Amino acid sequence: MSLKDIIKPKFLSGNDRDACTCATRHLFNFSRMWGIAVFLTLLVALVPLISMTLIHYKMTQDAVESEVHNHTMLLVNNTWRSVSRFFDERKNELELVANDYTYEDLINPNKLANILINIRKSHDAFIDLGVINSSGIQVNYAGPYTLIDKDYSSQESFQNALKHGFYISDLILGFRDIPHVVFLMRCAMADGSFSLLRATLDIKPINEMLAEVDIRGSGDVFLVNNKGVLQTSSRYHGDIFDKVSQPFFDKVSQSLSDYSFEIQVVDCKNFKGEMIVVGYGNIPDTPFILMTVQQKTELMDRWQKTRVRLFWFLLVSITLIIMVVLGMGTYLVNKIYIADNARVRSLHKAEYSNRLASIGRLAAGVAHEINNPLAIINEKAGLIKDMFTYQDMYSKDKKLIALVDSIISSVERCGTITKRLLGFARHMEPSIQSMNLREVIEEVLSFMEKEAEYRSFTIELDIPDDIPEIKSDRGKVQQIFLNLVNNSFAAMQDGGRLSIVVRHEDKDYVSATVTDNGCGISDTDMKHIFEPFFSTKLKKGGTGLGLSITCDLVQEIGAKINLQSVVGCGTSFKIDLPINLDKERK
Amino acid sequence: MRLLLVDDEGELVSTIAERLSFRGIDADWAVSGEEALAKAETEHYDIAVLDVKMPKISGIQLKGMLEGKYPDMKFIFMTGHGSEDDFIAGSAKDLYLVKPIAIDTLVSKVEEIFKT
Repeated sequence: MSLKDIIKPKFLSGNDRDACTCATRHLFNFSRMWGIAVFLTLLVALVPLISMTLIHYKMTQDAVESEVHNHTMLLVNNTWRSVSRFFDERKNELELVANDYTYEDLINPNKLANILINIRKSHDAFIDLGVINSSGIQVNYAGPYTLIDKDYSSQESFQNALKHGFYISDLILGFRDIPHVVFLMRCAMADGSFSLLRATLDIKPINEMLAEVDIRGSGDVFLVNNKGVLQTSSRYHGDIFDKVSQPFFDKVSQSLSDYSFEIQVVDCKNFKGEMIVVGYGNIPDTPFILMTVQQKTELMDRWQKTRVRLFWFLLVSITLIIMVVLGMGTYLVNKIYIADNARVRSLHKAEYSNRLASIGRLAAGVAHEINNPLAIINEKAGLIKDMFTYQDMYSKDKKLIALVDSIISSVERCGTITKRLLGFARHMEPSIQSMNLREVIEEVLSFMEKEAEYRSFTIELDIPDDIPEIKSDRGKVQQIFLNLVNNSFAAMQDGGRLSIVVRHEDKDYVSATVTDNGCGISDTDMKHIFEPFFSTKLKKGGTGLGLSITCDLVQEIGAKINLQSVVGCGTSFKIDLPINLDKERK
Repeated sequence: MRLLLVDDEGELVSTIAERLSFRGIDADWAVSGEEALAKAETEHYDIAVLDVKMPKISGIQLKGMLEGKYPDMKFIFMTGHGSEDDFIAGSAKDLYLVKPIAIDTLVSKVEEIFKT
């Protein structure tokens, strides 16, 4: 038996169609039953599991995303504070200069140089310091360049400083030809006029500050102005003065158009279509926007691992559930299939037994009814014969006596048949009794002798005289031999040969071998020959129950049955009957 | 030796009685239990041959009635059915003959039972 045969459910290979009538066939559709059971069980098991896993997936994803946003928010916020503080401190230092010194002091070159030295002590970001009069002409300058008398009146920074009192410019190259930021502070004088204190700051400290920000993997942090021009160097988005042309900047600039100072974190896509997390915020009193850009996949790295674990958990769970449901479904439907088959088999057996019993009762009734008129014919013929025999006037007419003898002989034949019928019917009821196997077999064959005669069968009996009587259920033994002989008759062509050989080779058993030279049974059919409803002659009126019931009867009387067959040569059934069924049962 | 044959088939018992007379056995017959009881009142019979199944009074019942009145009377049963029930109903010592009965068998059984 191959592994496939072991695994393959019996109900898929079973001929359950034969086990039921058309009206109830749907009740025996085990494949459908199996399908429904497996489908419904999988449905109620998998739907909650998958739903819960998806909900858990979504909740965990949301939690991790929220954590990523919070982390980015914290990072942007801290960096924003540092940068803002830097600009704030520089502004305060200039305010202090503007408040502590008079215009006369500020236009004094030596004093201005000293002031520059002093404020550079607090932070060396200051490159130079200048004083611009109300006409926009730089009237004093302290620093490494020669910029006295430079006219700033036409510059936007000059105009903005006049308007707002304080102004910080975008990063520019200016007259110095180096990237710098200009601080302009309006200083009011006693006579109502004003001057502007102009300081230039190197952007390098800001670059250094941003370079120290702990940002993961391919993350980037930089300052841009509101036109998207980089104000500090960037790792991945260009150098100073390059324009950030990524699509996310449009989204950022739109949300910051109102110059709010709120830190924001948004999910965007870059040109490659990758998801990125952008954090940004305006630096107060400056045209700068602090911006962090991080790859979302890097930030969600922990989530990726969790997601893989979740996926494997789901996959393993589903696989296990499917295996268990398939296994249990197949096992249970198989059990139902086997139980149903046994039930149907019992019902058919009971029906078969009832039919046999009915036939027996009918035969007995017919025999009884026939017996009375037969007895009258017998006696009347007997009386005629007596008259011919005992009265001299008829005794010499031999022809009349021969006719009467013929009537009596025919009546005896009829009587023998009715006695056989009565005897057979009487043995339908189960009872253990001693019997001569030869008598039983001859009785069975007597029922078949006419068919054997018509089809020219040769029947050979080899039953030695020393075969002991067996103690068994006569009716069942009769049925067994009747079924086997019937089976052999069906298998043989006209002129076939049937032999029944009885031997006593085992002290507890008598063996009877019924051999025919019929069509034989193939190896494939031999595996199923004792299964109920299996028949090779279903279309010829076979029920598929004969050998199945024979097998059951053999077991019921504690006997054994063996089968040998060669296709085209014939079949031999050997039955080992226990000599004493009572002893065998004990 | 005198026999009483009882069977609801009058044709049968009358013929058997006649055949027995050819063999020197004096046999009378009746077609019902009532007639048999009436005849037994007036005549002496050594052996009664009774059909098992008869209307009103069965052979088994008739045997009981006759046995009560005539303890020496012996009985043989005839049956057209031959089922086991018939045999169980009677006592083990009773003889059963299954119809159609061979007259020689009946004669030998009658002689045998008469001698015992």
